[in-house]
Amino acid sequence: MKIYTEITRIAGDVITVEAEGVGYRELAEVRSPQGLSLAQVIRIDGKRVSLQVLAGSRGITTDARVRFLNRPMQVPFSDGLKGRVFTGSGEPRDNGPVLRDGMIPIGGPSVNPARRVVPKTMVRTGIPMIDIFNTLVESQKLPIFSIAGEPYNPLLARIAMQAEVDLIVLGGIGLKYDDYLFFRETLEHEGALARSIMFIHTASDPTVEGLLVPDMALAVAEQFALKGERVLVLLTDMTNFADAMKEIAITMEQIPSNRGYPGDLYSQLAARYEKAVDFKGAGSITVLAVTTMPGDDVTHPVPDNTGYITEGQFYLKGGRIEPFGSLSRLKQQVNGDTRADHRAIMDRMIQLFAEYRETLEKRSMGFHMSAWDEKLLKYGARFEKEMMDLSVNIPLERALDLGWEILADCFTVSEVGMKQALVDQFWPGEKEKK
Amino acid sequence: MGIQRKGVVSGVNGNMVAVSFEDQVMQNEVAYVVSGGDRLKAEVIRVKGRTADLQVFEDTLGVRIGDTVEFSNELLSVALGPGLLGQVFDGLQNPLEDLAQAHGFFLKRGAYLSALDPDSRWEFTPIKRKGDKVRAGAKLGTVPERMFSHAIMVPFGLEGEWEVSEIVSKSEVALKDRVAELTNEAGETIAVTLVQNWPVKLPIRAYAQKMKPSKPLVTKIRIIDTLVPVAVGGTFCTPGPFGAGKTVLQHLLSRHADVDVVIVAACGERAGEVVEVLTEFPHLSDPRTGRTLMDRTIIICNTSSMPVAARESSVYTAVTLAEYYRQMGLNVLLLADSTSRWAQAMREMSGRLEEIPGEEAFPAYLESRIASFYERAGLVKLYDGSTGSVTIGGSVSPAGGNFEEPVTQATLKVVGAFHGLSRARANARRYPAIDPLESWSKYPTFVDAENVEKSRRILRRSAEVGQMMKVVGEEGTTMADFVEYLKGEFFDGVYLQQNAFDKTDEATSADRQVHVFDVVEKVMDHVFSFKTKEEARQFFQELRRSFINWNSQAFGSDEFRRTEGEIRQRIV
Repeated sequence: MKIYTEITRIAGDVITVEAEGVGYRELAEVRSPQGLSLAQVIRIDGKRVSLQVLAGSRGITTDARVRFLNRPMQVPFSDGLKGRVFTGSGEPRDNGPVLRDGMIPIGGPSVNPARRVVPKTMVRTGIPMIDIFNTLVESQKLPIFSIAGEPYNPLLARIAMQAEVDLIVLGGIGLKYDDYLFFRETLEHEGALARSIMFIHTASDPTVEGLLVPDMALAVAEQFALKGERVLVLLTDMTNFADAMKEIAITMEQIPSNRGYPGDLYSQLAARYEKAVDFKGAGSITVLAVTTMPGDDVTHPVPDNTGYITEGQFYLKGGRIEPFGSLSRLKQQVNGDTRADHRAIMDRMIQLFAEYRETLEKRSMGFHMSAWDEKLLKYGARFEKEMMDLSVNIPLERALDLGWEILADCFTVSEVGMKQALVDQFWPGEKEKK
Repeated sequence: MGIQRKGVVSGVNGNMVAVSFEDQVMQNEVAYVVSGGDRLKAEVIRVKGRTADLQVFEDTLGVRIGDTVEFSNELLSVALGPGLLGQVFDGLQNPLEDLAQAHGFFLKRGAYLSALDPDSRWEFTPIKRKGDKVRAGAKLGTVPERMFSHAIMVPFGLEGEWEVSEIVSKSEVALKDRVAELTNEAGETIAVTLVQNWPVKLPIRAYAQKMKPSKPLVTKIRIIDTLVPVAVGGTFCTPGPFGAGKTVLQHLLSRHADVDVVIVAACGERAGEVVEVLTEFPHLSDPRTGRTLMDRTIIICNTSSMPVAARESSVYTAVTLAEYYRQMGLNVLLLADSTSRWAQAMREMSGRLEEIPGEEAFPAYLESRIASFYERAGLVKLYDGSTGSVTIGGSVSPAGGNFEEPVTQATLKVVGAFHGLSRARANARRYPAIDPLESWSKYPTFVDAENVEKSRRILRRSAEVGQMMKVVGEEGTTMADFVEYLKGEFFDGVYLQQNAFDKTDEATSADRQVHVFDVVEKVMDHVFSFKTKEEARQFFQELRRSFINWNSQAFGSDEFRRTEGEIRQRIV
């Protein structure tokens, strides 16, 4: 195979080489004194071929040797992947062997909308703020909007541990090394490593490598889902992914659209998130992705575009899943069939919690607290401690019972104002009477 | 012709491919990039010297310098004929169900199928006779398509007068059988089949005149019909941040609007939402015809992860199909969700062409493109004296929910009604979350206009008092102001808000709106004398509860009349 050595431009992590017969998005190997790196074709203009170098351009010489591999980026696919950890370019990060079996392309075509089905299976997480109030549904795509510093990775890990899925695929983009170790230890400790696959790009790795992580994770997930497995894909942090795209776009002198992000940010994010799917007659892919919001600003281009793509969001604030601002668009598909009181508890507890927030505001402004306000304050405190706290880990049914207990402890039947049939069945004390 | 014009690929940048050619090319011509075993559909969008820039409607993975490009000599077109209703197409009019049957779960690159089944057979009944003089758009005959009698028309592109030199008698014909032959004075002849092609980016103009849209289009959504109405043949837009309920609102419109045909263009949005329509519509019945909603619906579906260039053409495909059914004298509603994604598709292409960007990197021609798209709506008088209409409703997804951005602003300039969704209303669960004070409409309502104006004043006053109360508390508010506040809240709560999950409340007929609005008006006009604010609040709370019950009772039923009696008694 022909080797090209005429590098005419090096800027950012993109190099331009004079070459012929090259295919768009094809892979190449770049050999320089720094060592060997993979690179991907991102623009062809006549003989000028621009490549993003996965290991970064540092140390690349103008006579580096570029060999085109005549294939797009691929990832191995076999059961041997389970329990393994890979880098953003698909090389082993653990000490396991290099896998070369059943190579599959990444970033494949979109699912035909005519072959999608309406999702209807709940994913149980044991977290009341999710299970009761914003139920996660199989094949849903949902981001966790979070400020830097919030415990989003522990939350992600907890959901992964508790969700009833066959396979967990973790994609880390710009992950802190500590966080990688945290995920690894958690999975190991819970005995879930054997049903996990990790593609980890850490903050110290070259930026470009992180760009491939979502595609790798999702391509692998797709294959396992087609074989009938229920796959949960965790991506953290998609804001880093968007920032890496921004970096390349600016290097390629693309005209930025909003705060420096490329004009196709929406399409790029959608191409990844829309991989969430329920294959009729086979498995499914559920996607949970962390999106950190710079400055807690939901109108920042990354969370904003994400919100338009995903089916709701969990909004993590002050170490808790905030009930206002969080939304699962698919919850209506499943919460009618769980237990008769699910929707009623969900609605009423949130309404009362909203009133509690108003009371807090009133109190902070020095207004007089009525007897009703005092009841709300008691309710709010219990709700925050027993429902919202992320350490709470109880099944949905227990959480619903707890909801009734809290309501009964703080209010009278008429203040809660639920349908009589539900009160008869679930109000503590009423049950015993029967 | 004879020889096919060809070119070779000289550059690739995303979905833009540069092609060098020898003889000539046509702007907006369809071309195919032959890469590996695939033929990738593309459109010429710029010519510079001997190089043409093509936007490719597919992933360009693996396209190489030197790959062959075949020019087709045709503009990007859609097939118009019987069999479109009830179908689901992608942005290039490929039938998605057929693609799924042929290729399974995934959309295969370079796989294109014919939009209409060439083997389908239709019962043709002629209208015109041999020797009749006709012009473009004239109805030559009809075939039955679901509940409509689908007109087979003289090709829309023909100029001048033509004579029917041949027409078949009533018989069963296949889609591509010749049903008529036309001859003009110059002796040219043209064969007419059940199907004709039309370039999507050109409006169909085979009508006598365009008229001013002035008749209200009943959507059965109270806040729209009463406060910010839509007209038959008019345009409206629905901007709103994510989570404000744009898509739910569009679904409600597609179900309840009083039109013959609905075309849903799911443009760059979530696939899951289309799937909901796909699964629901075949089981929902259309109260007007008793058939399923799917029978009157066409879905154009180019969701967010499908190729972006096809997203750009999907809205044109949709509006062309709408114009086609309009030509038969039908009223068509086109719902485009979302026009922002379409604008973004233009921005992506413009960026790759390295054009000088306008605001937020949108191309300079954004406004004129948006304007010319909405201009394809309209109420037209056809040559045979009947009328047909295309009403366009576009949702807009402004970045950050900020209406000051270019797409929203360009849209507001050209539409007749603005239904702005507000996050505050959505958070307060006040649905539909159309902001009653910010939104506007230039079209007339079927409810008494003077009274509507009056209630709008009360709403505004109520909002002001509400703001004031946040500062001075209830104690610092006068009784008169407090009652105004409660009246506004009442009007909002029982009339402007509507429960989409209640079988009856979900859709309110025009008669019922007029009837109910009259009662609401009585409340607005009534001079109340309450002793305490608590008493006032309680009165309105109870009134509100009765009203909400009333809203879910069938119009004209016994219980409806009973509740109405109770309500009227309270305000004597």
